[in-house]
This record gives sequence, C-alpha cells and structure tokens, in this order.
Amino acid sequence: MDWTLFLQLMINGLIVGALYGVVAMCFVLIYKASQVVNFAQGEFVLIGAWVCWFFLTKYQIPFVWGFLLTLVFMVIFGILIQVVVLRPMIGEPVISVIMVTIGLSIVFQALMKWAFGVFAQPFPPIFERESVAVFGLEVRTVYLVSLLVSVGIMAGFAYFFKATRMGLAMRATAFDQQVAQSLGISIRSVFAMAWAISAAVSAVAGVVVGVVNGVSSALSFIGIKVFPAVILGGLDSIVGGVLGGIIIGLVENLAHFVDSQWLHWGNLIEVVPFWVLIVILMIKPYGLFGTRDIERV
Amino acid sequence: MGDGITRPSDRILEVEDVSLAFGGVRALTDVGFAVAKGELFAIIGPNGAGKTSMLNCISGRYRPQKGTIRFQGSDVTHLSPNHRATIGIGRTFQNLALFGHMSVLDNIMVGRHHLLRSNVLSGALYWLGGAQKEELAHRREVEEIIDFLEIQHVRKATAGTLSYGLRKRVELARAIALKPELILLDEPMAGMNLEEKEDMARYIVDLNEEWGMTVVMIEHDMGVVMDISHRVMVLDFGRRIAEGLPAEVMAHPQVRRAYLGVADDEEVADEEVAEDGAEAGAGR
Repeated sequence: MDWTLFLQLMINGLIVGALYGVVAMCFVLIYKASQVVNFAQGEFVLIGAWVCWFFLTKYQIPFVWGFLLTLVFMVIFGILIQVVVLRPMIGEPVISVIMVTIGLSIVFQALMKWAFGVFAQPFPPIFERESVAVFGLEVRTVYLVSLLVSVGIMAGFAYFFKATRMGLAMRATAFDQQVAQSLGISIRSVFAMAWAISAAVSAVAGVVVGVVNGVSSALSFIGIKVFPAVILGGLDSIVGGVLGGIIIGLVENLAHFVDSQWLHWGNLIEVVPFWVLIVILMIKPYGLFGTRDIERV
Repeated sequence: MGDGITRPSDRILEVEDVSLAFGGVRALTDVGFAVAKGELFAIIGPNGAGKTSMLNCISGRYRPQKGTIRFQGSDVTHLSPNHRATIGIGRTFQNLALFGHMSVLDNIMVGRHHLLRSNVLSGALYWLGGAQKEELAHRREVEEIIDFLEIQHVRKATAGTLSYGLRKRVELARAIALKPELILLDEPMAGMNLEEKEDMARYIVDLNEEWGMTVVMIEHDMGVVMDISHRVMVLDFGRRIAEGLPAEVMAHPQVRRAYLGVADDEEVADEEVAEDGAEAGAGR
C-alpha cells in the first residue's frame, strides 16, 4: 500500500470530480430548463478553452481579460445556439432534438480541429508558483485554484436559484412551463439564459483543464464523463449533478489506485465511470436525487 | 350586445365570435361575451362544454382560429401568455399547479416576477443597489396577500406538503401576487368540503369587492355560482346558450335541459310511467 499515492489520487479525484460536477450542473441546467439532452456539452468545454487560448496567445492580453472576453463570447454563443438551432426544434420529438445536439457536437469537433489544429497547445503560464504545499502534500496551484473556482461556481448557482428573480423564474419554468407563462415569465428568455449560463460555465471548466493539460480536442472527454455523473445524481437535479461529478471523480481515481496497486489491468480509470453508469441505470434509473418518473420520458 | 353592460368603456374584457377547434373537434363555436370592470362573472356548463378552452383562449394558452379577444380596449388575441400576464390577466388552474418543491413564499414570489425589476447583477449588488429595498416592498405586499388568504401559518412550508384546500389558496395567492386587473379562476372550489368552499367563496367576493379585481370564474357548484356571481354565461357543446343574471339564466329552458340534462327526460319518463300505470290499472 502506498498511502501517499492514495491521498494524491483522492485529492486528484476531488478536484477533477468538482470539475465534472460543474459541467454536470451545466448539463442539468439545460435539461431542466428546456428538456434538451445536450450531447454537445463537452464541445462547449472545448470551445471555451480554445477561445480563451486564442485570446491569450494571439493577442497577448492578460489572463483575466482573456478569460472575461471568453465568458462574454460563450454567453453570446450559447444564446445563438439556442435561438438559431434549438428554438425551431421546440415541440419536435426528443430523439430529433438529441440527434441535433449530437450533430452539433460533431460539427464543433471538426470545426475546432480545422481552426486550431489537432495538436495539444499549452496555455501560457498563469501562476508564478507551480505548486503549493497543502498539509505536506505538493498540490499544483492550478488544481487548487480550479477547486476554488468550482466551489465558487456552485455557490453562485445556489445563490442564483435561491435568491434571484431569474433563478426563481427558471425553477418555475422547469417545474411547469404553462404555469410559469401564466405568471408572466417569458419561456424564451429563460431558455436562452439557461443556454448562455451553461455555455459560459462549461467554458470555465474548459479553461481550467486547458491550463493544466493544454488544449486539444481530447478536452471534450469531459462531456462524456458527465453522463455517468448526471445519471448517478439524477438527470434533473443540480445538486445531484454536483455530487455525481465528485463521486465519479473519486471513483475513477480509486479504480486507478486499485488497478496500479493490485490488478494491473490498465486503464481502469477510463472505464470504471461507465461501469458505474450501467449499474446505476440497472438498480436506480432515476439516480440519487432525480424525479422518479424521469425514465418515462 | 344584450349583455347588460351600458357603457362600452366599462368593458374590461370583450370576446367576439371566438371559434376554436382541435382537428375535427369543435371546442368553441362563435362564442362572444363581455365582462364589465369590477364584475364577478361566472361561466358554467356541463363537462366538455368548452369552459376551460374559453379560459385558455383568454389567458393565451390557446389561440382561437377565429374571433378576437380584447382586454382593456386593446386586441390581445395574438399576444403570448406571459405578455398577457404582464398586462394584467392572472389565472389559476383546474388541476393544482403549484411549484411543489418550493416554499409557499417562493411560490407567491414567482407571481411577482414581472414586477421585480432587479436582475442578476443588481441582485449580486444586493446591499449596494436598490434590490434590498425593492425586496422589502415586495415582501410587504406579499405578506398582505398572505394575511388576506389566511395562510400565515404555512408561509415557510413546502407547497407540495399542504392539504388540498390550502394548496388551492396558495395558488390563488400566487395569481393575486401578479396584481392582475382580471383574474381567471378555473374551478376554484372543485374537490373542497363545505367549509373550505365557504371560505373560498368569501375570498373571491372580497377579492372582487375590496381589492377591486374583475373575476371570471368557472365553477360547478351551482349554489356558489348563484350566490356570488353578478352575471352568468352558459356554454354547451362549445356554444353560448344563455347569459344574464343568475336567476334569469337558471330559469332559461335551454339551460335547464343542457345543464340539468335529464330533467325534461325524467318528466317525460314519469308521464310514461304514469300512463303505463293508468293503463295497467284500467286493464285490471
């Protein structure tokens, strides 16, 4: 047993899991508000990372400004996608909408490769110190910041839904669109807002991972990892998405530990989340926090 | 128009020749009526007569294929439901439609959506901007509504856990929170016991008289309709068959036939039985 490795992996799992949680939250936000299963969520992450990288390396602007510009870009991008592509799909069968989002994901994958190439590109260094010591463990600064950013985003979501007018309107819309409309809530603006927030927050996750590993089309793997997370948490629960993300992050790193110590099968870290996915679908198809009748959809 | 409203400017709602069909099913056929400001107007009719369809046309959930709906003098036929809500048409639903996971207070606050002006940013600047003052003002009004409907004791409760009668009241509170000029109530007393019905009738009358809201209500309980409504319209198979004062309407023969249904047939049947009996007696 190598306890240092174990601890290192668990911290890794927590940090990566928090990022999964953030993207899962974005996924659930879109699903809850507009009943669209967004298969292009991972591409939102990828586009965010590339756009930020582009601002930073091509125009040499400071990170903070590049980051803010990226957020603005993603807000506009999210609204455009909703208005141009998904609004005409309202009322169409679920399977058609799913095909559209899968199409979007393929188009964006190709578009990003065409625009930025197929090789991983490193971000310019952002933090002065590579790593800091936490309880005697060396933790990379980016990881620490990413954890803080994730927690900050989650707190922001909680505040938004509990205390703001649009947050309340969004919850109302998720519950019953007709009733929400009868109370003067514009469904269109709620949908657009959900997509805008989802795209922008996904981009944050993209930038964080990009800073750690460099930007390449492999980044959209987060979009795939998000599925076990949201299925585990319950497709329509934001809290579930967060917890699901963290659990998946921990589980995959635990699997990696078990694998490297005893089994030596290799690559369990990639596979185990999907075993979890299958098991959850078999024994608890509505997840930990999901609405029970969700599988009727 | 023989609707008993003398001055046209008094009309808050005018419905003209509205027809609505779902495929081959005609839900409404050339229905027209007008409601005066400050009136308590009831729509009655047998099941499937098109009452809720009519309400949905007014609130904007359905678009009639033909006809116009005017609210406060302007044509609203093509406005979206949320736009109609913001200009002063509130409604409740036949089947309970509360946000079950939210607190009673949050449910009512959703009703104030269009009156709240602060957005995400000023919400974030809670202590600096006017958001706090604004919220206080809203809370005061919401508390007034809560007092009026006597739901103080459940204001923090989760809406989904309340009893049926209370949930109906919370739904009414949410619709009132919109501060509508015109409120549409779809069977506000369905499924209630006598006491709850009496309470609800009192709230509706107070709403109408003290708060000055114009009420259009669908209700099956004839006792309540006769007691509290100023005028009544009767629908049957999507057509308007009568309109007028409650007593007039109930005396209308077509209404008796449509609404009480079997009454005439029973009389006929009774006569036949009597004749049969007479013949049987004669034959003996």
